[in-house]
Amino acid sequence: MRPDTAGARQDARSPRTAKISCSNLWKIYGDSPDRYFASGLGAASAQERVDAALEDGAIIACGDVAFEVPEAAIFVVMGLSGSGKSTVLRCLSRLVEPTFGEVLLDGENLLDATPRRMIEIRRHKMGMVFQSFGLLPHLTVIDNVAFPLRAQGMSRSKRLRRAAEMVELVGLDGREEAYPHELSGGQQQRVGIARSLAVEPEVWFLDEPFSALDPLIRTQMQDEFLRLQKQLNKTIVFVTHDILEALRLADVICIMKDGLVVQIGSPPDIVLRPSDDYVREFTGDVPLAKVLCVDAVMDKPCLTGTKHPVVGTDMLLEGAMQLFDDRTEAIDVANESGEIVGSLTPVQIIRALYREGEDRH
Amino acid sequence: MRNMALANAVATVRRDVRSALPWLLVILISGLVMMFGREIEWLFDPPAKYLPPISATVEAVMSWIADNFNWLMRPMSQLVEVPMSGLRAALDWLPWTTVTLIVVFVAWQGGGRTTALTALFGLIYVTVVGYWEEGINTLTLVLVCIPIAVGLGFVIGLLGFRFRSLRPFLNTLLDLMQTVPAFAYLIPILLLFGFGPAVGLIASVIFSTPPMVRNTLLGLRLVPTEVRESGTMSGCTPRQRFWWIEVPSALPQLLIGVNQTTMAALSMVVIAAIIGGFDDIGWEVLTRLRKAQFGQSIFAGMAIVCLAIILDRITRAYAMRQLPMASHVGLSLGKFAAGLLAILCFTLGLAWMFPEPLWNWPEAWVFYPAEAINSAVDRFVAANGLLIEAIKNQFVFIVLLPIKIGLFRAVAPFTWGFSLTATSIALLWTVVAVASMVALGYGRWRLAALFPVAFGLLFFGFTGLAWPVVMLVFGLFAFQLGGPRVGLFVTSSLLFLLLSGIWQPAMISVYLCTVAVIFCLLVGGLIGILASTSDTMSSIIRPINDTLQTLPQFVLLIPALMLFRVGDFTAMIAIVAYAIVPMIRYTEQGLRQVSRTAIEAGISSGCTPFQLFWQIRFKLAMPQILIGVNQTILFGLNMLVIAALVGTTGLGQQIYLALSKADSGAGIVAGLGMALIAMSADRILQAYLRRTD
Ligand SMILES: Nc1ncnc2c1ncn2[C@@H]1O[C@H](COP(=O)(O)OP(=O)(O)OP(=O)(O)O)[C@@H](O)[C@H]1O
Ligand SMILES: [Mg+2]
Repeated sequence: MRPDTAGARQDARSPRTAKISCSNLWKIYGDSPDRYFASGLGAASAQERVDAALEDGAIIACGDVAFEVPEAAIFVVMGLSGSGKSTVLRCLSRLVEPTFGEVLLDGENLLDATPRRMIEIRRHKMGMVFQSFGLLPHLTVIDNVAFPLRAQGMSRSKRLRRAAEMVELVGLDGREEAYPHELSGGQQQRVGIARSLAVEPEVWFLDEPFSALDPLIRTQMQDEFLRLQKQLNKTIVFVTHDILEALRLADVICIMKDGLVVQIGSPPDIVLRPSDDYVREFTGDVPLAKVLCVDAVMDKPCLTGTKHPVVGTDMLLEGAMQLFDDRTEAIDVANESGEIVGSLTPVQIIRALYREGEDRH
Repeated sequence: MRNMALANAVATVRRDVRSALPWLLVILISGLVMMFGREIEWLFDPPAKYLPPISATVEAVMSWIADNFNWLMRPMSQLVEVPMSGLRAALDWLPWTTVTLIVVFVAWQGGGRTTALTALFGLIYVTVVGYWEEGINTLTLVLVCIPIAVGLGFVIGLLGFRFRSLRPFLNTLLDLMQTVPAFAYLIPILLLFGFGPAVGLIASVIFSTPPMVRNTLLGLRLVPTEVRESGTMSGCTPRQRFWWIEVPSALPQLLIGVNQTTMAALSMVVIAAIIGGFDDIGWEVLTRLRKAQFGQSIFAGMAIVCLAIILDRITRAYAMRQLPMASHVGLSLGKFAAGLLAILCFTLGLAWMFPEPLWNWPEAWVFYPAEAINSAVDRFVAANGLLIEAIKNQFVFIVLLPIKIGLFRAVAPFTWGFSLTATSIALLWTVVAVASMVALGYGRWRLAALFPVAFGLLFFGFTGLAWPVVMLVFGLFAFQLGGPRVGLFVTSSLLFLLLSGIWQPAMISVYLCTVAVIFCLLVGGLIGILASTSDTMSSIIRPINDTLQTLPQFVLLIPALMLFRVGDFTAMIAIVAYAIVPMIRYTEQGLRQVSRTAIEAGISSGCTPFQLFWQIRFKLAMPQILIGVNQTILFGLNMLVIAALVGTTGLGQQIYLALSKADSGAGIVAGLGMALIAMSADRILQAYLRRTD
């Protein structure tokens, strides 16, 4: 079963063009994996190819992956350990050479790019944050942040000025001369973030950037990440194995299992309409009131004329629920320009929290 | 359920029988050979006329190369001699104060006060005892060798890292470079490059490059993937990524490589003195030793020790400085250079004003009480000679001789006070047979096989066994432990020893090494156990170990020779002194690393302290201890060649003789034999380690 493609619903908010897209993306580890694509994509279906590879004992790190990431969206890839998240991300930046497929960045196929061109693209269009930070132990904070600029050949004074801005942006001013081992995990990751942003990339890749941090710091870093994104508007591909993190940050979530895409959809989609048991398993324990926004469960505006409290579309159910009291039977939902686009009653909320509409087995 | 258990038991028995049967066969055949083949000479020492002319062929090939590539090699050796004599002249001309202070400053920059003081006292010692010039000559060779070996090692390591397919080949090459005794390739180098210091240099480069290669490979492999990827994502070109990311990340490991390379270079420079002609400290030690002037050789040996410790501490300090937590930072590069210049000018000026003692240490001030030491040694030996002699003789008669020539020849009225009669021999063998049967009765077939094999070895001795017996026993052992590849390697190594006509000397080497290693295992293991239980013991042992390991092997011969004169016993003591260190180290480390939880689990399940030690701590430490055993064997074989200088027979002596006759064929063959023995022991132990994992 093919999950619905991303394009369908993510454009609910505003129509945007795809910044990055990939299709038929494969990465197979094994003996000469190229043989599965000897005659291009051919007539064989994805499933046949998967079966053939598994038969030979090969590992499918990424199989027939396809999605689009619109400009300025946060696209989250999530799945269990070993499900191929990092591989997909690394295929997009060509840190891993895909076995087959197409990766388009601004319409340019990266898999056809020469090494020289790839370096150009990485220097100016891409930034990446790593799970265990990937900082250079022999350089200070400021030199680490300035490193990508040094690779471009920027003069020392200029790149240090730029790096100082970045350090300030992530709130590390004062620690410029420290070495990575003198910083806490959270601070180290801030350095990683500052470094990845130093070249003002257009697309921003993050591979489980907060997984190595403890929960409190993690939430704090997520807030900061959202704040930065509001300011910077990058196109983001974010990898995580934490469903709460995914729901919190994502515009679109892509769920993977054993190298294959299981479902792509918006956060409410994933929690309210999981495509199979694997996804349901993930979302089972999620406190829905904390992750669903009112616009995911609201109904048509009820124009009875009664005065209702008005909330924005991005308010969480948790917040909306507190507005109900004895005299309120509904609340109105308004979009950014103040126009009433829907309304919400306690019954709808209860239905949503109990996951009605999802077919239970 | 029961059926399964039964089936399992049957399978185990079947497997046991399948492995035990070959042993039965081997023991039977060996028994027959030893009983009826005793008079057949070619079973024990095959005469040369039956053997292929391996060493003569090697000799011919070597001289052909030497004759035909002379035009290439000689100029090359002159080429390396230019910088060497230049550096030597410069260091020789400079006042000793300048050189000393510069070394001290460099030491301080790397490691702070302690390192600086070590350098200061070491160099003052060398000056005061009057070995300045010899010391400088040794140092020159080392200083020229280091950059060559480090550069070469780095490039080779890099190639090995980039081209994965090169690695198996590279590993074998490195094994050979480190296990073929240097004496063996001194001869071909002599042939190719002619007499002169270049020979010592080239031998040192060969010997000291492998540690750099290994550390380069290791360092580059250990660079975390994400660090490497972060470089790529920063838009580095491959070259930028290499120089800005991979090399700096690997730097601490690379510097450890520099430290090991330096120590290897010094060790080899000292050994290469044997060919003479450079008037360095190694030569001094050697000539004094040959004349039995122990006082002089101790003073010269101590000078080598000083140089070794200084070089070790300085290079190690620079390696440590790269670690994240380094405490000593030192000056910035600019200030450091300025400091060097200042010291140079200042000391030169001062020494120019006061040439004595600041430029040259006056002859009259040299403190060199060698004769006093000589007479002290003489007095000591005279006073305790009988006791020393008695200890030595008892050990030789009771332990060394039986293993060398077998109980049946070693037990004689002169040594043991009685001789073996036919009945007592029959009785001994009956006891062994009964013990073996009992073990078999308990289902312990390995023990049952071990009894006759071990006793057979003791009864006939390594040199008294027919070669088919040795081959069968070791071949089967290696095969069962490590599979066909290891079995084949060991058997063909033994075959090489046989065919190249060095079977008897090889067996003598094996015997000497076996005794030394067993001694190391017992004593070293015991010391290691003690050190693991007591912190005081550990802190006493550690500096001794450190010193023993930094000492060039040569120096260890002096005290052994002083007390026990020439012979197998002396050689054994020297080998033990050198090879015991890894055993102590790894035993202590292994025992100390056993986790608290494992010990607590043992205590709570009611182990007695004795059980706790043997069944839990010792068992868990076993992998580490086995690595120690492996190292001990390699160290032992390495030292064996040097011990040949104090008059053992065996392969070491063969190499030594070949060197004095400039017979490159015999030297190379004997050296290769040595390396094959070392590599066989290594393969067998590795196989055992893999099985216990
Ligand atoms: N170089 C490699 N060689 C062989 N198999 C690999 C290689 N790299 C990854 N794999 C396999 O590909 C699969 C996907 O790996 P990937 O690193 O993408 O997982 P992941 O989803 O990022 O997991 P994690 O959450 O643990 O980071 C795994 O089964 C992994 O074992
Ligand atoms: Mg991953």
